[in-house]
Amino acid sequence: MKALLLRDLKLALRAGGGFGLGLAFFLIVTVLVPFSVGPQSELLARIAPGVLWLGALLACLLSLDRLLALDWEDGTLDLMATSPLPLEAVVTIKALAHWITTSLPLVLAAPVLGILLNLPTAGFQWLVVSLLLGTPALSVIGTFGAALTVGLKRGGLLLSLLVLPLYVPTLIFGAEAARRGADGMSVETPLLMLAGISAATLALLPFASAAVLRVNLR
Amino acid sequence: MKIAGLSIARGGAPVLEGVSFELTPGRALILRGPNGCGKTTLLRTIAGLQPPLAGTITGAEEDIAYAAHSDGIKLTLTVGENLTFWAEIFAAGSIEPALDAFDLRGLLDRPAGALSAGQKRRLGLARLLVTGRRYWILDEPTVSLDRASVHQFAGVVERHLADGGAALIATHIDLGLEGETLDVSQFKAKLPDLEEFDEAFL
Repeated sequence: MKALLLRDLKLALRAGGGFGLGLAFFLIVTVLVPFSVGPQSELLARIAPGVLWLGALLACLLSLDRLLALDWEDGTLDLMATSPLPLEAVVTIKALAHWITTSLPLVLAAPVLGILLNLPTAGFQWLVVSLLLGTPALSVIGTFGAALTVGLKRGGLLLSLLVLPLYVPTLIFGAEAARRGADGMSVETPLLMLAGISAATLALLPFASAAVLRVNLR
Repeated sequence: MKIAGLSIARGGAPVLEGVSFELTPGRALILRGPNGCGKTTLLRTIAGLQPPLAGTITGAEEDIAYAAHSDGIKLTLTVGENLTFWAEIFAAGSIEPALDAFDLRGLLDRPAGALSAGQKRRLGLARLLVTGRRYWILDEPTVSLDRASVHQFAGVVERHLADGGAALIATHIDLGLEGETLDVSQFKAKLPDLEEFDEAFL
């Protein structure tokens, strides 16, 4: 399992691995928002948590269609399915590698981009905490979507349509936690809900992903 | 490994039925048959990638190494990294014997993307040696190999058989291996009777 994780990280960092794609998209969205909204720092401060969460979510979505498709195209998934590694472990490791290469850079970049959106000082801490708690769910749900569409050519559109509704609860509670944090209110309830979503998806979805992958490999 | 009364389908339509044979350690079995008769589907079923319609496969659980048309090679990793990855997945130890057997030592640090088709194939076949598994299920293993490499590959299979392994190989060329040949087309599934279907539409 460690070998698979290391290989995925290595592949992401090598040429053509797509590392930084999500990060660049996140940067573009958040830099352009102040231009489109206009120079009203108060309004920007109010929408900053929501915009940052939405940007992170869409950046995450952007990188999903390569998650399993590359391994499917070159036959690695077939060979992996006949290897001693259970497919449940394979999809979990894939989700973990996606989180490290795509979501973690977004979490780290978010406070820097928060400055551009005039995020209130109290909000930085809770923005990072809510992203840290919520992005694992995004990666795991995304892996499930990727497993569902793995055999399809140009499955990216279908993947987005399937995954977006599943992302909504995470977005609601994540953005709510960040907003409450920025307004100086109690963040306990949305953070608990967010952690609950992440824990539940992490516990249940790998089994669903492995099951649909088995069907798709037939 | 024993295959009994196996029926398999591709895309919902049955292609082979009643396939029965036995694969004993030390022996190779060559599958023959025209294109599209179900060799690949049969091998995928035996490798456990798809469930059979009927019949049983016994005696080889978790002891099968499968090699398909695509080799599962990552083009941006080097030859050594590719092989080491599979060796770690199968927890089978050193990649040295595999490098020697397929003459890959000189290519060790070359990215797999810079290899020729035949060299990639050799890398894909070298993976079999690092799996440490007994039953080799091979689908057209000699595609894009030159004559010397085919000979080399046949030698590797022979050594594997001598070590108590077994191989099930679908191929169109003569590998010069000792072993039985099984013509798959004799198991061709009969098409279901369609006359009754017509009535509903007419």
